[in-house]
Amino acid sequence: MVQYRAASLDLSFAALADATRRGILEQLGRADASITSLADRFHMTLTGMRKHIAVLERAGLVVTEKVGRVRTCRLGQRDLAAEAGWIAHQRQLFEARFDALDKIILEMEQEEHDGSASE
Amino acid sequence: MMDRQANSHPAAHGGTSVERKSERELVVTRTFDAKPHTVFKAWSEPEIFRRWWVPEGFGITLIGCEMDVRTGGTYRLVFAAGETDTMAFHGKYLEVVPDRKIVWTNEEEAECAVTTVTFEEQGGKTLLTFHELYPSKEALDEAMQGSAAGLPAQLEQLAALLADIG
Repeated sequence: MVQYRAASLDLSFAALADATRRGILEQLGRADASITSLADRFHMTLTGMRKHIAVLERAGLVVTEKVGRVRTCRLGQRDLAAEAGWIAHQRQLFEARFDALDKIILEMEQEEHDGSASE
Repeated sequence: MMDRQANSHPAAHGGTSVERKSERELVVTRTFDAKPHTVFKAWSEPEIFRRWWVPEGFGITLIGCEMDVRTGGTYRLVFAAGETDTMAFHGKYLEVVPDRKIVWTNEEEAECAVTTVTFEEQGGKTLLTFHELYPSKEALDEAMQGSAAGLPAQLEQLAALLADIG
C-alpha cells in the first residue's frame, strides 16, 4: 500500500514537472475539455497533446473518456498527489523528531546509568 | 526518494512507519531502545519534550511550551516560523496513564482531532504508537490539502532541476 503510494507520488511528480502539463491541470480544474480544444489552447499538435494527456493519465491526475469521435478529459483523483505528499511530509517530520528523541533517550539512559538524575 | 522504510513493519529495524490507516486516522510507529518509563518521560516533561518535538531544518522554532501532563491538564505550544509568524496549538489531556499512554485534544481547529500515544514494552524496548483521529474524512483531507499547498513550490524547483539535467 505504501509502496503503491510512493510509486504514484513519483508518477505525479514526473507528470507535474512540466509547465504545459501543470497548465492543462489548471485548465481542467475550471472545466472538462476535449483533447482537440486543449491542443488549440496550448498551440500544440494533437499528437503532442495526446502525449501530455497520457502522462497525466498514468499518474491518475486526469481521466479521459471517448464519446463518439471526441475524447474528453477531466481531472482525476487529485487527492492522490496531495495524500502521497502529505504522508511523505509526515514521515520526514516524524523521522527527524524521533531521531532527535533517540539521542535524548540515549543521554537519559546514560544519566540513569551514571546514577545522576539531574539534567 | 520517498520510500525509505516504506513497508508496514519497519519497527523491526527501528524505522518510522507512517500510514493513513483509514479515512480518519494517521498512525505513526517507532521502536525506541529504552524502557517505556524513559520514553514516557521524554514525552511528558516539557523541558525534554521541547528539545526534540520541533526538528531542525523545518524552519520552525518552539518559543513556548507549557504542558501539564495529567488527566484533565492542558497544554499550549507556541511555534514561530520566520520573523513574525507565530502559531499556537493548545488542548487538554483526556487521559494520562504514566509510562503507558497519553491522550490529548487538538483544539486549534474548529473540529478537534484527538491524538493518542501509547508506550508498549517489548523485550526491554518500547514500541511507540502515535495515533491521530480526525473528526471526519473531510478534516483529514483538509489537513492534507493544507500541507500540499507547499507542493507547487517544490514542483517548480523540480522542474528547474529537470531542466538543468535535460
